[in-house]
Amino acid sequence: MGKYIKFFLVGILFGIVLVKSEAVSWYRIFEMFKFQSFHMYGIIGTAVATGIILLLVSKQMKIKTINGNLLNVPRKDRGLVRYIIGGSIFGLGWALCGACPGPMYILVGTGVFSILIVIAAALLGTFVYGILKDKLPH
Amino acid sequence: MEFILQPWPWYVSGPLIAVVMFLLLYFGRTFGMSSNLRTLCAIGGAGNRVEFFKFDWKSQRWNLVVVLGAILGGYIAHFYLSNPINIDLSENTIKDLNSLGFTDVGQSLLPPELFSWDAVFSLKGLLILISGGFLVGFGTRYAGGCTSGHAITGLSSLQIPSLIAVIGFFIGGLIMIHLIYPILF
Repeated sequence: MGKYIKFFLVGILFGIVLVKSEAVSWYRIFEMFKFQSFHMYGIIGTAVATGIILLLVSKQMKIKTINGNLLNVPRKDRGLVRYIIGGSIFGLGWALCGACPGPMYILVGTGVFSILIVIAAALLGTFVYGILKDKLPH
Repeated sequence: MEFILQPWPWYVSGPLIAVVMFLLLYFGRTFGMSSNLRTLCAIGGAGNRVEFFKFDWKSQRWNLVVVLGAILGGYIAHFYLSNPINIDLSENTIKDLNSLGFTDVGQSLLPPELFSWDAVFSLKGLLILISGGFLVGFGTRYAGGCTSGHAITGLSSLQIPSLIAVIGFFIGGLIMIHLIYPILF
């Protein structure tokens, strides 16, 4: 149990930040894809910029994880088709229901229980991908 | 305290998301929210039928704990750390949404036109939520990650596949908002 508490706390921080930043709002996603506000680009941009700096600094300082290994980000497989097609399919859904996987869970906490339908459908989508995986170009 | 109760500006929220990513790396894991969908399928027994779900899901329990925390975080932020306030959307966005038939724009986190029970129990509303969720679930596994795994973690570690995936996210999103919304609404 004890080893999970830190993950629980990180999750709480994540949930709070995404609600307070309004990134869980369908309206903000619509606005982003309309290029009508800098808000979401500011969030993603500063997140990535901060992330780059944190990773560079930790590499420079040889910061180790709590397990004693060097901090390491797993590399994604090389490829093009799966990223561009899979990404586009994801984007269609993201814009339609205004929620990507993180916000889906977080919105349950804000009391919008109709989002459970979206989560159930996302599970179904994941399951269908699992079935079709070997038939799809990657 | 007043600052906390207001919506947080992007230059506060963005770096904090990077901190979340970094903490998970420091704990020897990776930030990726969509992996939980696969884990939940596996817990539901999908591994009995489909190879893709045959893996040691117990090794992913930590990530489900992150999800539980995120749900509680959403609850705390929404009910204890927020003044009731409209979302400060751009005027053009409000105008565009009004012309698509959305009213009371920005007065709640999600539009009642899609997420109220009335909307959910209409055929169109239900189909929109189901299609949206399905596309997210299918697309994110196909692309091997979502906003957290590709846009935040992948771009932060300067990975080309993640950049391609994020370009894909935008191709899909722009098609949906600019070409399909005018037909749907």
